[in-house]
Amino acid sequence: MHAVYPLVLGALLFSIGLYGVLARRSAIAVLMAIELLLNAVTLNLVAFGAILRDQYGMGQIFTLFIITIAAAETGLGLAIVLLLYRQRASADLGEQRELAEPVEDYAADELIPAQAAGESAEQVGAAR
Amino acid sequence: MNTLALIASLLPALGAAVTFAGGRDLRHVKFWSTAPVAVSFLLALLVALEHGTGGTSTRTYSIGTAGVFHVEVGTRISGLAALTAVLVAGVALCVQAFSTSYLGGEPRYASYAALISLFTAAMLTVVFAADLVVLLVGWEIMGVCSYFLIGHYWEKPEARSASIKAFLMTKTGDVPFLFGLIALGVQAHSFRVNDVILAADNDSLHHPAWIAALLLCGVLGKSAQFPLHSWLPDAMAGPTPISALIHAATMVAAGVYLVALLYPVFVLAPAVLIAMAVIAAITMCGAALCALAQTDVKKILAYSTVSQLAYMLGGLAVGGRSQAVYLLLVHGAFKALLFLAAGVVIHRVGSNELSAMGGLRYRMPIAYGTMTVGLLALAGIPPFSGFFGKEAVLGAAYDATGEFAAPGRIVLIFGLITAGLTAAYSLRLWLGVFHGPFPDAPHEHEARVEAPQTELIPLVLLAIPAAALGLVVVFGSGFSHVVGGWSGEAGAAAAMLWPGGLTTLISLLFVVGFGGVVFLAWRRDRQADPAVMLLGPLRPLLRDGFYFDRLIDLALVRPTRAAARLVAYLDTNVFDAYVRGSGVGARGLGTVLRRLQTGSIQFYLTCLFLGVVIMAAVYAYVGTVS
Repeated sequence: MHAVYPLVLGALLFSIGLYGVLARRSAIAVLMAIELLLNAVTLNLVAFGAILRDQYGMGQIFTLFIITIAAAETGLGLAIVLLLYRQRASADLGEQRELAEPVEDYAADELIPAQAAGESAEQVGAAR
Repeated sequence: MNTLALIASLLPALGAAVTFAGGRDLRHVKFWSTAPVAVSFLLALLVALEHGTGGTSTRTYSIGTAGVFHVEVGTRISGLAALTAVLVAGVALCVQAFSTSYLGGEPRYASYAALISLFTAAMLTVVFAADLVVLLVGWEIMGVCSYFLIGHYWEKPEARSASIKAFLMTKTGDVPFLFGLIALGVQAHSFRVNDVILAADNDSLHHPAWIAALLLCGVLGKSAQFPLHSWLPDAMAGPTPISALIHAATMVAAGVYLVALLYPVFVLAPAVLIAMAVIAAITMCGAALCALAQTDVKKILAYSTVSQLAYMLGGLAVGGRSQAVYLLLVHGAFKALLFLAAGVVIHRVGSNELSAMGGLRYRMPIAYGTMTVGLLALAGIPPFSGFFGKEAVLGAAYDATGEFAAPGRIVLIFGLITAGLTAAYSLRLWLGVFHGPFPDAPHEHEARVEAPQTELIPLVLLAIPAAALGLVVVFGSGFSHVVGGWSGEAGAAAAMLWPGGLTTLISLLFVVGFGGVVFLAWRRDRQADPAVMLLGPLRPLLRDGFYFDRLIDLALVRPTRAAARLVAYLDTNVFDAYVRGSGVGARGLGTVLRRLQTGSIQFYLTCLFLGVVIMAAVYAYVGTVS
């Protein structure tokens, strides 16, 4: 079998997974997309292990590690998603914006020393 | 003997520390401010008696090296130092005893008494210093103490500005003085006073004129000579006993003492001696004229101090070292007496102004008697000490030959005129305070308002030397033997202090003439100030000290203020603009970047991915290029 097939398949899987992670709103779908990403990587590891004729089977060993970690990660991720859903009645990632930085407009004169600020305050008072 | 001297100079410092430590207890303060000074006065007397005539005795302890130089703490006793120390400790003792009742009830008495003790310790350090570095330390401590003491009443704005003025003006002289001391030590290859004097005697200094000129600057500042004289009259804002201490024994005497100590260095520089004579002539005459026009009793005495110090510098400029030292001692005694007596009068009258006084001779008989003695000495009336001091200096100026001839002429002419002026303002002060009608009371001897005993005893004690120190001249050259030669060595050709000859006659004529004019002016109208009639339109000019302060204001203060305003403007509007600009820029950039913080994890991940892609692309591109 030509070496390009598994690699192309891996690239396709990775692209689909990346799309899923970046674009899907549902937390479950994002978790699944992460699984796709991990599997794309494992496929590549196995393929390169075969192509380079690795006599120690490092690619396959790493694949086993990744499968283990992926299982744990999925469990953890699902728990988080469950908690999220319980608290907010929604698993939509697009709505989870609590960590956003509030954007306000800072005027340049805020940084001028108190004397100048006092003057401007006086001017405001005079204008009133 | 050297150990005694060391203890004598350290005891007042100890007293200052202990006084400060227990400042709340009045009895503690009174004891610890007077007792150490009294002991050190006794020690100074012992040292002077044991030292005898001529020669020097030095003992030092090395405390470390600075490069090639050794710094040594220790004492060097010469006849000059021993006599000056007796004067310093004696006047300080009188001042401390006087202050126990004069300022005893004031809230800041403890710090005041401690500072006076420290001041005394610093002056004794200068007097007994065996090393120029140690001398400089004492010199600077005195400057600081005078700053604090002049500003004792810091609630008053004039006291604050007077203390700052005194500090700045003396420092103006001290900066060149420091360089002079360094140059002197480097060229003599040692900072020990003995080595320096030896080097000067052997003429192994490279630039004695420069060194002498630099040292003279410090002396002018400390001894309040033209053009650094105007801090002294302003220093009257401090308490009166302080004026007595500063004017008689410590601060201003230090300048004259230094010239006498390092006299061989000054003798090597005839040009500096001429400059010294000119400065002394300007100062003695100008200050005496100003004293004649003052209305404030303390300012009259202040200007008279400036004038008398100029006499001493004049005596030094004409080679009369012993004569100048003699005048220094005599002046210390009678000027301390005058200030303390003036303090008593001012306390009872409640005003510094001459116009608020008059007719006090029946009301305050002891103050009257002692102050009369002091003023007679100041005016130079024959049996009193001041006469002999003044005549000794004038005689030295008259006899000056060789390189001293030119300064001698200058000092002689102005000295004679000043002798007359001194008599005039002394008589005016005497008449104004003790004679004529008292402004507020109809009868002159209505009630006696004598000061407490603790204030009167120092007056009487000081009146004795003020009256009797003239006896020294009976011994002819005896005093000069004690003081020693120009380098402080024993057995030099000693100067006679006995007055006589032409100068005495002329100066007495001047005294009688000027005094007579003042007396006649006073006779015509006993209520009016004789200065008003005699000086006429010149009076405001002289009362403001030839507008010297305005000149300083115009020449120095205003340009400095303008420069400070310019710097402040540049600081707020140019340099700060950069600082503020960088702050505004960072903040603005932050405002742009925080718009990226949307809170969407997927957006962050997208950015991360894009970053990786860009990095990979760049890496691939760079990889292909190279």
